[in-house]
Order: sequence, then structure tokens, then C-alpha cells
Amino acid sequence: MSATDDTHRRIEAVWRIEAPRLIAGLARMLRDFGLAEEMAQDALVTALETWPTSGVPERPGAWLMTTAKRRAIDRLRRDTLAARKHVQLGYELTLLQHADGDDVERDDGIGDDLLRLVFTACHPVLSADARVALTLRVLGGLSTAEIARAFLVSEATIAQRIVRAKRTLAEKQVPFELPRGAELAPRLASVLEVVYLIFNEGYAATAGTDWMRPALCAQALRLGRILASLAPYEPEVYGLLALMELQASRFPARTNVHGEPVLLAAQDRARWDAGRIRRGLAALARAEALGGAEGPYALQAALAACHARAGCYAATDWSRIAALYARLTRVAPSPVVELNRAVAVAMVEGAQAGLSVLDALVDEPRLADYHLLPSVRGELLIRLGRDDEARAAFEQAAALTANARERALLTQRAAACARRPS
Amino acid sequence: MRFMLLMIPRGYANAAPDTMPDAAAVARMMAYNRELQQAGVLLGLDGLHPPSTGARVSFDHDRPTVTDGPFAEAKEALGGYWMLDVASRDEAIEWARRCPAGPDEVIEVRRVQEMADFPEDVQAAATGLEDMQKTAATPPDPSSR
Repeated sequence: MSATDDTHRRIEAVWRIEAPRLIAGLARMLRDFGLAEEMAQDALVTALETWPTSGVPERPGAWLMTTAKRRAIDRLRRDTLAARKHVQLGYELTLLQHADGDDVERDDGIGDDLLRLVFTACHPVLSADARVALTLRVLGGLSTAEIARAFLVSEATIAQRIVRAKRTLAEKQVPFELPRGAELAPRLASVLEVVYLIFNEGYAATAGTDWMRPALCAQALRLGRILASLAPYEPEVYGLLALMELQASRFPARTNVHGEPVLLAAQDRARWDAGRIRRGLAALARAEALGGAEGPYALQAALAACHARAGCYAATDWSRIAALYARLTRVAPSPVVELNRAVAVAMVEGAQAGLSVLDALVDEPRLADYHLLPSVRGELLIRLGRDDEARAAFEQAAALTANARERALLTQRAAACARRPS
Repeated sequence: MRFMLLMIPRGYANAAPDTMPDAAAVARMMAYNRELQQAGVLLGLDGLHPPSTGARVSFDHDRPTVTDGPFAEAKEALGGYWMLDVASRDEAIEWARRCPAGPDEVIEVRRVQEMADFPEDVQAAATGLEDMQKTAATPPDPSSR
């Protein structure tokens, strides 16, 4: 490995650490999220050009900030329309240059800046795709190429998504501010949604041959922890963090040595990650202590906790699970939640009772393309000895899923029904 | 991936039992800890009392021998650790570089072993390890049943 490669790897690590604080600080000074992001990227390019020969500066974060600010000043000087911003920036710059780099003091303001960054990148004026890309870029420090690889789309698509998102934020004049009062709840929901979308993209790939992409999950967990440190009074932040930790705890058991998926019932629980379970349960306890037991994420985490606490599949507390799903239906009604409740009801009261819950969902348009509905139906029908109907259900499920490995699994299930003596 | 940053303060091996860090150093370290937290990489951290308050149980002979601290032969002693969840070894090292440590201090960066790192036979021999950690970690839920 050459010295240049070493420096590039180091720059990548520096960028991951510095990008959020750099962009957040710049956005506050410039009052312009898009310009801040652009200037930060410019500073990164300059670092990539100069550090391999000049060496990495002693305080790389300060170097990047100074470089980005110089770029911004140059830019604003050229832009006469921004005369007022220019004055403001000059003022901020003087202030910062004379501030005696006290880390403790610097640290206090940056928390709010980071929070502003999160809320802006996840602003509801942006599409979910745009919010995800922008968040990974400015908070995760991921490159356009890395985001593109994670979502199996072209780099150009992601680049365009980010450019458009920044333009939308500018056009809608979204201020770089913290949401207040009644605005806070929906804005926070938008942030949590983005983090969970990122997690889920990694947890169960919606397309392609990869069953999961752990790096995206790790990124989402990191975002969740960032939020928990910035908004420690918000129960749903802990609810989401708990949910993600508990789901991620099953990673080591979710695939077999051939890389094929292993369903919950068959997973070797000795392989579940105890550290994640411990952190997940602690986060859930925190969410509940903050009065958030009925939050949608906290309830989903409580469901995941039921599995985490059960020593084996047979020990699963299905009546508690059915009750939690009923509570979840009240706060976040969704046919998918009903589908899951049907599974729990089947475990407590038998396959026929579960099937009755499912039958109410058959005409639900939102589940028309959802492979898990026929897949669950198939499982219940097998238990009732209705093998032909079960096979048809599994075949339908296999046709609906976009995940190659899941399709293989469902096709196997269908074939097994056909082989069973009736 | 998890990394441990192991803080090895020079001279800690022979530090007096009542050695305490001064408030200014702790304030600087708290700012650093907060940075780790706000970056979403901090999983845990702890500090250790000096070795002079500890003991060593050694197995050089046919039975264990207990020696009270400080330990004359030890040149280095652990002062504490951070447990981080980062994307790469480079990132762990980069975080270590940022620590407001004194001139006499060393941080050792070590990757945490995960079950998946072991070969099959070691994994088989370690069966139940996660379970043991879990039993300790998961008190029964009082609200269930």
C-alpha cells in the first residue's frame, strides 16, 4: 500500500468524522445549507489534492473549516447580490478567528448546529429518497458513489437527487433552524422515518441478491445514536434506537453458511448479539421512562424485545406480542401491523383464528403487492392441512417478492407442499 | 465494527492509590466524550483506579499467587477505555488522535473480536458465550405475564 493510499484512507476517516460538524458550522454561518455543503465538498477536494504531498495537518477539522470559509468568502465576494450575507460572514469569520479555540465552549454550540443539520436534511418538503441521500451525505459523510452502491442505483442518480434536494431547500426558503412548538413533532417524525428507512434498506434489501447490507444498518444505528445525544428528551428517538439495536442483534443468525435466510423460528439464538440486545433493552427502558411506551417505535421495539427475551422460539410470549400489536394498531394503524397481529393471534388461539384476522385483509389494496400476506397465509393453511391452497399462496408470494433469495425460499416452500402426502 | 481505545497513562503503573485526575483534565475529556457521542460512535467508556489499589493473580507456579499492587515489574497500566462503533480501523485511529491526552499518555487501538471472526471449531467451542452475556443482560420483563 502506497503512502498516497494511506493518506486517502485517512482523509476518508477524517471526512466521516468532520463532515457533519463542518457542514453544520458552515450552514449556520452562511445561513445557506446548499452553499455550506458545496463549500465543504470543495474543501474535501482541496484536501485530497494537497494532503498526499503536504501531509495531513495537525488539526484536520480546523484546516477543512478554514479552507471552506475562504472558498465561501471568495464565492460571496463574486456574488454582489449576497452583499448582506457577505458582511455577516466577515463578522462571523472575525469572531471565529479571534475566538480562543476552547474546545469545551465550541462543543456546546455544535450540538444545536448538528441538530439543525439533521432537521434540514430531513425536511418534509423533500421526498423520502432525497432526505435519505442528503442525510447519508451530510451526516454520514458518505460519498455519492457509496450511497449509489448501497441503494443499487447509478452515481448520477444520487448526484442528481442531492442537487435537486438542495435546490428545493433553497427554493422553499427552508431556514437553517430548529423546529419549535407544534412544528417539532412532525419534523422529528420525518427525521426518524429517514433513519429507519436507511436501516431497513440495509436490513432487508428490497432488490438484488444481497439479503442485507450491514453497513447501511450500522450507519442508521450511528444516526440513531447521534439523535439520542442531541435530543435526549425525545422518547421516540430511544424507541427507534432500541428497535434498530434489537433487530440488528439477529444479524449473525439471519443467514446460514450458504448465505441463505434463516427465519426467526429456526434461528440459533446463541448467535444473537448480546451487546446489541443489552443496548436495545436499555434504550427501550429509556423510551418508556420518558413516557413514550405508546410511541410507534417504542411499541415495535417492545415487540422485538419479546423475541430477544425468549430463550427459544417455543418460549415466545405470543399473547404479549398480540397485545402489543393491538396497541400498535391504535397509534399507527396499518394493514402490515394487522398482518403481524394475525401471526401472533394464530400462535395464541390457533391457525384458524389467525386466518380470520388475515381474511379481513385480503381485499386491502395496500397489501395487493405485498408478498408477506400470501406467505403468512401459506404458513397458516399448511397448519390447517389445506396444502393445495398453501402451495398456491406460496407461489403467489414468490411471484411478488423482488428479493432473489426470498423468492428461492418461497418456491421451496411451495414445492414442499406439493410433495407432502395429503 | 467495534474498537477499544485503551488509555495507558505513563506513570499510572506506580501512581498513588488516591490518584485522581484534575477537574480541568476531566472537563477536556468530557468535551471529547461528547464529540464521540454526538458522532454516534460511542458505545461505552470507563476509567480504572490505579493498579496500587488492585491485585494480580498469577499462574506462574502450580497454584495461583496473589500480589497486591503496585506491581514493581509493570511498566504500563491501563487507565480506562472507550468502546467505539466505527466504520474502519482508520476511523478508530483518527478518533484516538483527537483525544486531549497529555504528553505522557498512550492510546492503544484494538479491534474487538466478534463471533464471526473465529473459525468454525472455535465458534463451536464458544457456543453459549453470547447466551451467558445475554442472561446477565436481560432481566425478565416484569410487565409480561
